[in-house]
Amino acid sequence: MSTVVSNPQSQPVAPQPTTPWKPTRKTQFTGAFSIAVVAIASFAIVLLTGLAGIDGFGLTFLVVFFGATFVRTKRLNPKARKDAMVGVAICAASVLAFFPWMSIFVSVVVKGAKGLQPNFLIENMQLTTPDDELNMGGAAHAIIGSLMMVLIAAAITLPLGILSGVYLTEIRGRLTFLVRFVVQSMSGVPSIVAGLFIYTTFVNYTNSFSGMAGSLALAVLMLPTVARTAEEVMKLVPDDLRSASYALGARQWRTSLMVILPTVRSGLTTAGILGIARVIGETAPLLLTSLSNNSYVFNPIGGPIGSLPTYVFGLLQIGTENSINRAWTGSLVLMLLVLVLFLIARYFGGKANR
Amino acid sequence: MSVVPSFEATPEQRELLVIYNRADRIFRRIVTSGALTSLILLGLIGTFLFVRSAQIFNDRGLRFITGSNWTAGSGDGVIPDDFSIGPMLTGTILVSVIALVIAMPIAICGALYIEFYAAARLRKLLSTLLDLAAAIPSLIFGLWGVVLFTSFGERWSIFLNSRLGWVPFIKVQAEVFGRSPFVAGCVLASLITPIITSVSREVFSRTPRDLIDTCYALGSTRWGSIKTVVLPFGRSGVIGGAMLGLGRALGETVAVYLLLNIVFRYNFRILESEGGNIASLIALKFGEATEYELKALVAAGFVLFLLTLVVNMVAATIVEKSTRRK
Amino acid sequence: MVQDSQTSVATVSASQTTATAVRGLETKNVHAWFGKHHVLSDVSLQFPERTVTGLIGPSGCGKSTFIRLLNRMHEFIPSAAMAGQVLQDGQDIYAPDVDAAAIRLKIGMVFQKPNPFPAMNIRENVLSGIKLAHLKVADHDAIVESCLTRAGLWKEVKDRLTATGGSLSGGQQQRLCIARSLAVEPNVLLMDEPCSALDPGSTLRIEETIKELAEKIAVVIVTHNMQQAARVSDFCAFFLTDGGPGYLVEADATKKLFTNPRDTRTADYVQGKFG
Repeated sequence: MSTVVSNPQSQPVAPQPTTPWKPTRKTQFTGAFSIAVVAIASFAIVLLTGLAGIDGFGLTFLVVFFGATFVRTKRLNPKARKDAMVGVAICAASVLAFFPWMSIFVSVVVKGAKGLQPNFLIENMQLTTPDDELNMGGAAHAIIGSLMMVLIAAAITLPLGILSGVYLTEIRGRLTFLVRFVVQSMSGVPSIVAGLFIYTTFVNYTNSFSGMAGSLALAVLMLPTVARTAEEVMKLVPDDLRSASYALGARQWRTSLMVILPTVRSGLTTAGILGIARVIGETAPLLLTSLSNNSYVFNPIGGPIGSLPTYVFGLLQIGTENSINRAWTGSLVLMLLVLVLFLIARYFGGKANR
Repeated sequence: MSVVPSFEATPEQRELLVIYNRADRIFRRIVTSGALTSLILLGLIGTFLFVRSAQIFNDRGLRFITGSNWTAGSGDGVIPDDFSIGPMLTGTILVSVIALVIAMPIAICGALYIEFYAAARLRKLLSTLLDLAAAIPSLIFGLWGVVLFTSFGERWSIFLNSRLGWVPFIKVQAEVFGRSPFVAGCVLASLITPIITSVSREVFSRTPRDLIDTCYALGSTRWGSIKTVVLPFGRSGVIGGAMLGLGRALGETVAVYLLLNIVFRYNFRILESEGGNIASLIALKFGEATEYELKALVAAGFVLFLLTLVVNMVAATIVEKSTRRK
Repeated sequence: MVQDSQTSVATVSASQTTATAVRGLETKNVHAWFGKHHVLSDVSLQFPERTVTGLIGPSGCGKSTFIRLLNRMHEFIPSAAMAGQVLQDGQDIYAPDVDAAAIRLKIGMVFQKPNPFPAMNIRENVLSGIKLAHLKVADHDAIVESCLTRAGLWKEVKDRLTATGGSLSGGQQQRLCIARSLAVEPNVLLMDEPCSALDPGSTLRIEETIKELAEKIAVVIVTHNMQQAARVSDFCAFFLTDGGPGYLVEADATKKLFTNPRDTRTADYVQGKFG
């Protein structure tokens, strides 16, 4: 026997963190391998049976995968087996849940990119027919019209939404429940009904379709989103802040205007932006209020005005190859606008949480 | 120090009155009137739509709801105006129900996946994308549906028709597929899935962590914990989300307009290429409507408004209840 | 047998590797991490059958992490990692082909806040574990009665078994949670500050329950309350952190640890000088 006395207490090697509950390399590899086998098997079945397309493949894959899981879990107890089967079902269903919008993101980018040339952003359709080549004409008029309308709508809605937020969190009057309830129910007013409402009122009285009418219709749709988001952000203000202000002898109006509102400034910006993102793609109300136009209109009460949604909608109804391509590009620009708005909202939202 | 016991009855409660000064009162009044805008607006929408269409309800009464024709008269009285929305009303409900039936299970599974199955990093990414997906304009869903989904929808329709043709509402009369309530319902389902998923995920994520831990500590599997704790806890929130989705589907205009052949006939066979809903009817007829027809369209809008209002009020009540309990 | 083990069990020495497996739980050189953050270092302890072991120490010293390691609840935190061994009756519960759910079935846990399942009544709450684990049981009523009796709640609730768990007081709810854990017949019961949300009366009641449970199973209890540790536990383990990972300072029979500890820091802590 050697004379070296090992002392386990002073191990020179520091213990390494391990995660024994996670699948090891080997099980991961077998997992990936079995998925590949299942995929190949389903592909073979698809070829043999003549099921077509990605949906046929998906269905076969699912069935084979279910079978494989059933066989694989044979040795486990019924409880673990059920867990595994339900897990497969949930994963499969969520692929179905995510597939449409992922497909939309991808197809809008892929198909829209073709027409996204400089002229699309700086020209209008006054001298171009939808059928012309994609390097002619553009949607500048529609982008300008859309931005103008949503900005006017935001200018109308934001003060009202903030007031309603202040009412729900600061004043908390007798009508709190009712106001909250109405805001909730109003968020479900169909967009076409909002358009119809503005048509029967504003358009009828001014006797003309206009950007202003479109803005008003969008404002109706925007108000619930802004009011609810404003309430949410103001609810996050700690009560201590109010108490501190009151304890300094401040009146309610000073507390609200000079303590609460400045605190949630960036949160309110988020509210406005989310409201804009909610309505910028609305088509139906604009079909009844602002109609569409092929050239620049800068006057909100100067008759029909172009907008991105109605631009895309009109192109879709023409239905030729180039017009559909233009519609995809219009959709891409619309999606990018929504994305940018979301990023801005997230930036301000992140600021608000700090 | 000694405490003098009081043998008298409990002293009368003093009222704590909050007295606001003038500036405060003015402030409160301004804020209150601002907050009441939404209330007034909702009232105005209902009132105006009703007033503008009262003539229709007066002329046609209940036939406006039950009848199945939408014929503009010749103007000289030879062919009388005949406007009613029966098929569009049933069509609205049919398409929305199809959408909801498809979207509900998928959305719940999606929410469960994000919250309980996905790895942490994937969860973050998916929930961000989900918020974005809920903001995709319905127009783009319509475009996607027309250009990309229709071929899938037709294939599924043919499959359903051949295998499940013995079910009464599935068998088609003419072998034409596509532009059917089923296809429109599928696209509407993908439109409302992000909304329902988003609401459900939110509720699921509020399940107290220690209840889930308790399930695991009792030797439960993941599915066992979900079934025992998460689903009962989130039930009312999920129902609320579903109602929101239903409201959205009932009022959807452009996606249905682009995806459905609007035909005035009662149709409950979901694969038949005909149907429609009230919103798409309004969009379709608005452009070339006579004055009287416009009134009929406003009346149709009023019916739609009432329908969605009821659904949304129920949803608001459920959501309110489920959030108050926590 | 309990008497015998009092002197030898629960020693800190990590070097002592006995060939005979301990009935109950045993940890060997256990470490824990959250991400890169090393939160617990080199803990070796034994929790034999029919004993109560108290884990004491200031906040943030890794007691809760440690107790969650004992029934594999640790792994639910996404960035968690561990090293070392946790042996149940000599079997490593972190071995590759061990079913974690089966482990948790045998090593129950009671949490800080009483949390009966809100959608179930009292009876269903007690039986929930049996249902969750798909256990076959002949007589449900007998189980409900015996578990509630062992948890010291039977007399108070026997006439209203169909009331919701939420209708009970906080202390009763916590005893219901104990009864729920007992229904699946665990060999070990882990309790993470089970009384910190309760009033003194309920606390005493639960301490009695704990002592009765220890006639059959091993109980491990994390507590901030020195008196509670002194009252209920047979053995105590004192954890500490110097800003780095938490570690075990000393473990011994409770009486010895409280009256004549080997380490001055233990003495300071049990006398309330810090923590």
